[in-house]
Amino acid sequence: MTDRMLTMSEALREAMAIAMEERPEVFILGEDIGIYGGAFGVTGDLYHRFGSERVRDTPISELGIVGAAVGAALSGMRPIVEIQFSDFTAQAMDQIVNQAAKIHFMVGGGLHVPLVLRAAAGSGTGAAAQHSQSLEGWFANVPGLKVVIPSSPYEAKGLLLASIDDPNPVIFMEHKLLYKVAGREEVPEGAYRIPLGVSRVLREGKDLTVVATGIMVSRAMAAADLLEKEGVLLTIIDPRTISPLDMNPVYASLEKTGRLMVVQEAPEHGGFLNEVIAKVVTGPSLGSLIAPVARLAGMNIPIPYAPQLEKAAVPQVEDIVKKAREIVADWR
Amino acid sequence: MTAATLKIGDPLASHENARYALLTMSRIRRLEEAVEDLFGRGMMHGTMHLSIGQEATATGVCMALRLEDQITSTHRGHGHCVAKGADLTSMIAELLGKENGYCHGRGGSMHIADVATGNLGANGIVGGGIPIAIGAALASKMMKKGTVAVSFFGDGAMNEGAFHEAANLAAIWKLPVVLVCENNGYGMSSSTHLAFAIKTLAERGLGYGIPGITVDGNDVAAVYAATQSAVDRARAGDGPTIVECVTYRWKGHSRSDKNLYRTKEEIDEWKKKDPILFFEHVVREKNLMNDEEIAAVHAEATSQVIHAVNEAMKGVPADPAGLLAAVFKTADSVEVSA
Repeated sequence: MTDRMLTMSEALREAMAIAMEERPEVFILGEDIGIYGGAFGVTGDLYHRFGSERVRDTPISELGIVGAAVGAALSGMRPIVEIQFSDFTAQAMDQIVNQAAKIHFMVGGGLHVPLVLRAAAGSGTGAAAQHSQSLEGWFANVPGLKVVIPSSPYEAKGLLLASIDDPNPVIFMEHKLLYKVAGREEVPEGAYRIPLGVSRVLREGKDLTVVATGIMVSRAMAAADLLEKEGVLLTIIDPRTISPLDMNPVYASLEKTGRLMVVQEAPEHGGFLNEVIAKVVTGPSLGSLIAPVARLAGMNIPIPYAPQLEKAAVPQVEDIVKKAREIVADWR
Repeated sequence: MTAATLKIGDPLASHENARYALLTMSRIRRLEEAVEDLFGRGMMHGTMHLSIGQEATATGVCMALRLEDQITSTHRGHGHCVAKGADLTSMIAELLGKENGYCHGRGGSMHIADVATGNLGANGIVGGGIPIAIGAALASKMMKKGTVAVSFFGDGAMNEGAFHEAANLAAIWKLPVVLVCENNGYGMSSSTHLAFAIKTLAERGLGYGIPGITVDGNDVAAVYAATQSAVDRARAGDGPTIVECVTYRWKGHSRSDKNLYRTKEEIDEWKKKDPILFFEHVVREKNLMNDEEIAAVHAEATSQVIHAVNEAMKGVPADPAGLLAAVFKTADSVEVSA
């Protein structure tokens, strides 16, 4: 372990500090992001480093916050909005969906909205149904929004810097269980950008292609470690951005493995993973498949409270191991 | 007519100002009559929200604004657009779904924006533009631009959460913004008497520490004066003001309206308070304009609108080929900020 094995919170904070040093028009606004340092500690000491104008505490007023960010973005600023729990985006939906996403298109291109909306997403903290959702699929279904889901500190820093550079509204979904943990790789010092819309192949194995997002990437990696000992070899692909979506590495991988499993935390019904499957079965990879496509997703229920219930609601490492083992064994 | 003519000042300060105010109101009226006509002849599709009867509000407010000041507008936004200096041909071309329209046919009547004149856009969502104006004012303050943002909205928007959240942010951050409520008596069919339990809508500011003033929205000089003092306050760093302009729309909410919720007598009563006829009366009284000059102004407005319709008609229909590429701004295209 070196001192560059950062947590995702630290990596995100570095990205925001770099962006604010690079561009005077970058500022952050949100609830309790100032002296409190953010509900999950992501903004941390930025308030002391950049001041209350640029690390701007707001009232509990999600619609107003996002709307103000849209207006500021239209007028030359580059706001980063922090929404304390992604569930609260429901309070701000008009400004996200009807305004930010559509303004550039519907006014004919004369205006644009360079806005990043960061939100803490996902279950696993015992916060129950209104503080634990994975809503990325909502936003992926709205043309005009880019949707980014970092899976590690390294990804988080590079993707956030690229998102801040982007001239369009970007929804940046951070899994709250990832905030306090270090990833598998060092986070480089200084600025680097990971382009939006480029999937990453994290490991290559001949038996099964797994497409996973967010925290499911690290769970899939853990599952791959376990299965490797049994001689089952997984390819793990992290799309990193689900809108835009880069499918080419998936198609290329399926030519080698012939088997596909898609893993997400969000409920299965109407979820984003279904889009990946649809693209595979309606696209160039249909002929490569030698097994039925498998999907692992959250149950079609609100996230429950008790720890054993909460755990049962979304895919865990052992679920991925079991399902992967079955597909490979059943479809030789 | 371009935005360079903005920031005219008091409509009654001179012959030139009076002429500008009358011409602007007349251009709005003629444009909307033309829109109604195009619609009736089946040349325009979708829907339309006419502001005929409300021209003094848009005109009076914008005469207090500089070119670089920003506005957010509403679904009933043709007047705001014209008063801030928009190009009539590009507006009509948009309504006709032409490539040379402001939005290249992608937005239509409810989404016209004009970067050159600081118009951040009409809005199809009631109250949707209010938080955006607050954000524009925040940017102005942070970037020390010295500009003011004006949000136009109707009485109906005052009961949307967006108004309340935006008003509070504007107040606590002392933002350079003016909240212009065009109270035309009805949110679609619901009368303000049924939708509010307060006497004037300007009182809504009290709960946020925002001063409010209620003016006759059909008196362009009164609208101008109230707006000018609100703009002065905003520019001085003293924060937001609510300006409630009491007015009336002669036409229905949109094309589906059968006017079941109000009487013909009520509409006729308000037509007697026509903002254009009233202003003509005032300028004659004050010897700012004579009958001949007034007639010439209306003829000029009519000819501008006819010219704009003819030019707009020459445009090619908007092309679906460009749609997918229009969703996102590409990083390497020219940066435009209002």
